[in-house]
Amino acid sequence: MDAVAMHIANGIVNGPVSAAFAALAAAALTVCVARGRADLDDRLAPLAGLVAAFIFAVQMLNFQVLPGVSGHLLGGTLAAILVGPWVGALCVSTVLIIQCLLFADGGLTALGLNITNMAVVGTAAGYLLVAALLRLLPRKRYALTLTAFVASVVSVVVASQGFVFEYWLGGTTELSLSTIAGSMAGAHVLIGVGEGLITATTVATVAAVRPDLVYALRRLRAPARTAAAAASAQPATSELPAATSATAGAPEPTVDGAA
Amino acid sequence: MTRRLAWFIAGGLLVALLLAGVVSNFASSSPDGLDATARKGCTTDADGTITGGTCMARQEKDHQMKDSPLADYGIKGIDNPYLSTGLSGALGVVLTFGVGAGAFWLVRRRGRTASASASPTAPGSGEN
Repeated sequence: MDAVAMHIANGIVNGPVSAAFAALAAAALTVCVARGRADLDDRLAPLAGLVAAFIFAVQMLNFQVLPGVSGHLLGGTLAAILVGPWVGALCVSTVLIIQCLLFADGGLTALGLNITNMAVVGTAAGYLLVAALLRLLPRKRYALTLTAFVASVVSVVVASQGFVFEYWLGGTTELSLSTIAGSMAGAHVLIGVGEGLITATTVATVAAVRPDLVYALRRLRAPARTAAAAASAQPATSELPAATSATAGAPEPTVDGAA
Repeated sequence: MTRRLAWFIAGGLLVALLLAGVVSNFASSSPDGLDATARKGCTTDADGTITGGTCMARQEKDHQMKDSPLADYGIKGIDNPYLSTGLSGALGVVLTFGVGAGAFWLVRRRGRTASASASPTAPGSGEN
């Protein structure tokens, strides 16, 4: 069987540094469970399971970015937009743990490194940018799509530099760090574009079908939205204002049963 | 969970199953950005095993789970590569959803509905 390793393998970063990042990842996930519980209600729990399953599926879809080099979705930005940063990081971690334990992808020793980069750093970077962009951009439908794309590109590059940092601390081979950083960043800008396209498409689809299920829209867009603003902001779409205006009065999501 | 949400989840799972079960067979088999960078500077044979040179992956060790029945996104014992990859992917989707949704359900904030939860129910009530 050909090599389908997609994450950091065993033995690339030394034992002590790997162990330190395992502890860091465990601490971060504990915080995510504590903070994520506030978001996790009867509706978000199954949705978060779906987000994890979807990320698992799309991570199998390696796309070519350069001759002999491919890339795949990391998923942090997608998860953060759909289920929020805390639960989002847990979704990506779930995928990484299952891939490691059952599919032999991403070393067991390196699990903390992979969780730190892709689930913690990737999701955090993606969400921070999503939060900033959604506040800056006009309340138009394209704003969420554009935000998803831009945040994905940045998030993937930042996550790739997380690996460079880990390698700087505990790399097992003497190599030029700047070469590694450049090479990782170059490849991951291209992978980020692919991630951005997938994330933007997925988020736009969910926002069109069930805008009330998009965490970023609920938390970062809903409070200030009035029915009038919603109507003027989306003249071309009939279903979106109807669905979003249902949430307009309430900062907390309430529409699932009512709609 | 309302029926409407159940339909959305079911639809999403169907898409994920198709992606992991079918489309995955058309994915690129080149090493990904990390793996390609890790192997830069080394020479590899046809199987991707490092034969010489200096690169990040020089000291790479085998995976502890390399003998797992699902190792490397295939199912041990199924020789047809399409079937093996597709089934392992579909199984992965089901397992990830089961483990994820199950764990999230266990740690979720109790309270009947999202609207009811606006009332202050103490979240740190002990379990998990």
